[in-house]
Amino acid sequence: MAKHVVIVGGGVAGTIIANLLARGLKEELSKAEVVITMISKDDKHVYQPGFLYVLFDKMRPDELVRDQKSLLSPSIIFHHDTVVGIDPKACEVHTEKGKKFKYDYLVVTTGSRPMPELIPGLKEHGNMFYTLESAIELREKLRKFEKGRIAISMGVPHKCPVAPFEVTFMLDDYFNKKGIRDKVEIMYTYPIGRIHSLEPVAQWGVPEFERRGIKYETLFNMEKVEATKDGIVVHSAEGSSVECDLLITIPPHRGAQAIMDSGISNDGWIPTNRHSLKYEGYENVYVAGDTTNLPISKAGSTAHFESDVVADNLIAEIKEGHPARDYDGKVMCFIETGFDKGTYIHFNYTTPPSPMPPSKMIHWLKLGYNRMYWLTARGVL
Amino acid sequence: MADKVIDARVSFCPGPLMELIAAMKSNPVGTTIEILSTDKGSAKDIPEWLKKVGQEFVGVEERDGYWSIVAKKIK
Repeated sequence: MAKHVVIVGGGVAGTIIANLLARGLKEELSKAEVVITMISKDDKHVYQPGFLYVLFDKMRPDELVRDQKSLLSPSIIFHHDTVVGIDPKACEVHTEKGKKFKYDYLVVTTGSRPMPELIPGLKEHGNMFYTLESAIELREKLRKFEKGRIAISMGVPHKCPVAPFEVTFMLDDYFNKKGIRDKVEIMYTYPIGRIHSLEPVAQWGVPEFERRGIKYETLFNMEKVEATKDGIVVHSAEGSSVECDLLITIPPHRGAQAIMDSGISNDGWIPTNRHSLKYEGYENVYVAGDTTNLPISKAGSTAHFESDVVADNLIAEIKEGHPARDYDGKVMCFIETGFDKGTYIHFNYTTPPSPMPPSKMIHWLKLGYNRMYWLTARGVL
Repeated sequence: MADKVIDARVSFCPGPLMELIAAMKSNPVGTTIEILSTDKGSAKDIPEWLKKVGQEFVGVEERDGYWSIVAKKIK
């Protein structure tokens, strides 16, 4: 009997895992001893870190999109369908089109969703850039913005924890290059008691904010957003408020609705063992990417490094009957510090991050990676 | 015994307070949440934030190399 591996979700993690499995289990696939099936609600694959560059006219939207099927090894069976239910006891998933998929091994990589609607008024009065459409819409507003105050406010949790810094520094450069920075005030707010969750990054950021004239308020959790005759007012749970003419937001995120509807959790994240990356209590269910409930960054690089471990372990389980190695919490993120310099951080469960001084070289490396990402998705890089 | 336990030990990013804020938002009123943190600062930062937003600080306990902080969502 063939072993059925079902992968739910075709984002970074799902796509890498599928392709690595197809390579590692080539012989088993050719003998029909293994069948790999991917179910994804999207038939397009979008390179999400590119949204930031679309926002500032540095990349064109069509550069960020590929057909999902074109990225997958031909030996992977692809279904463009939405999973609406996961039953780990019965080892089956159910889809919107009414299909039922039985599995021997399940990989859940359903990712996260920005949900501005969770904060009253945020969807109506805020602008995000975490989807292609919203990034294009905000790009047009920025093109027309000539004077006033821009507030940047984050919901919790959110993916890509370095994006708040990147968008703020790039805004500063954007208006400097337009020659109107003196007419634009930038106000940054952050949910915890420092300007970034990573302490060394926050320590580096404070003098940088001050040098660039970026104002900030910490311990600011958006509770309500409203429009007044003078602009937009963002109220925080901590009792303060910020007035602005344009609100740029990274909204709170949730996991997939199917996970919530299946009774797995009330926020869409799956309880995951931090080392094995298995759904707690289920030996044949792996979880990777934003979908885990692990207390680490929800980011493409996290998804990438977790995917390497999940694929290695699944291949070893199928070939040899046991997993190969543990995930060590590895995360590595580029941080654009404006239009021409960047830095990076890396850390894991035991080693704290230590940012390098920003340089042009790292910025160029990031621009290069933006074009090379498709090799990562194919499981090559 | 808390309704929900968040193990944020050695969580450099997003960190224990961010994890607690997320849990406070996604759980119903009445939920008690225990957060485990290896960051000594959490034992001070978390109670301060709870007070600022009007949520209940139930208690803190130092254990073997980490802190257990319990909060209750009351509104």
